[in-house]
Amino acid sequence: MTKQLFSAQLQLVLALLLAHAPLAAWAQANLEINTPAINGLKQAMAARHAQLAPHYVSGAVGIERDGTVALRDANAVPLPQRAAVSGLVGAENNDRTALYREIARANGKPEWEGEIRNTFALRWIDKAAPGWQVQNPQGQWVKK
Amino acid sequence: MKLPAASANSRSAFAAPAWPRRAAFAPIALTVSIAALGFAVAGCVTINIYFPAAAAEKAADRIIEEVYQLRKDAVPAKPAEAK
Repeated sequence: MTKQLFSAQLQLVLALLLAHAPLAAWAQANLEINTPAINGLKQAMAARHAQLAPHYVSGAVGIERDGTVALRDANAVPLPQRAAVSGLVGAENNDRTALYREIARANGKPEWEGEIRNTFALRWIDKAAPGWQVQNPQGQWVKK
Repeated sequence: MKLPAASANSRSAFAAPAWPRRAAFAPIALTVSIAALGFAVAGCVTINIYFPAAAAEKAADRIIEEVYQLRKDAVPAKPAEAK
């Protein structure tokens, strides 16, 4: 009787552990990035990218090693456009910061924001097109 | 055949008048405490996950490819590909 009870308890504990295992595995395999806030930021950034792209190509705008964008050569932008490009750079950096915060929040881990930023910093540069200006880990501008 | 056996069984389990209270209570308490322990252990596994670097990288790539408009299969930022 007692033996049966113990094996039933053991099975219950094992079942509980097993029931949680896929949840934990899923949480590690994927981050939640499908929320209205994240999608809104993504679309704003995609729309802005179309305006920034020619300046990446000219080298006026580059990607710094921390994953922010910077107006590194204002002289490469025609004078009438400089204020607008500067505004685009500022808005893009604000959206990137907001994006990292929203991803951390969507996953219930606000403390992950810094690590998410670090991950994105590497990936923004890795995914940059050939010819764009990016900073290497020492902070020097290099052409990809 | 089945029914008398079941009723005989339940009689022996529940209708035994001589069972001391403690003995009847102990297995339940044990079950509850072990179940609680199981939840606690499983909870630890679920809650204290270290930063999932691989998942973050995958999420970053998805988003960056959409922003740079490198993905053809992604949910498009603009409804039609106007290129």
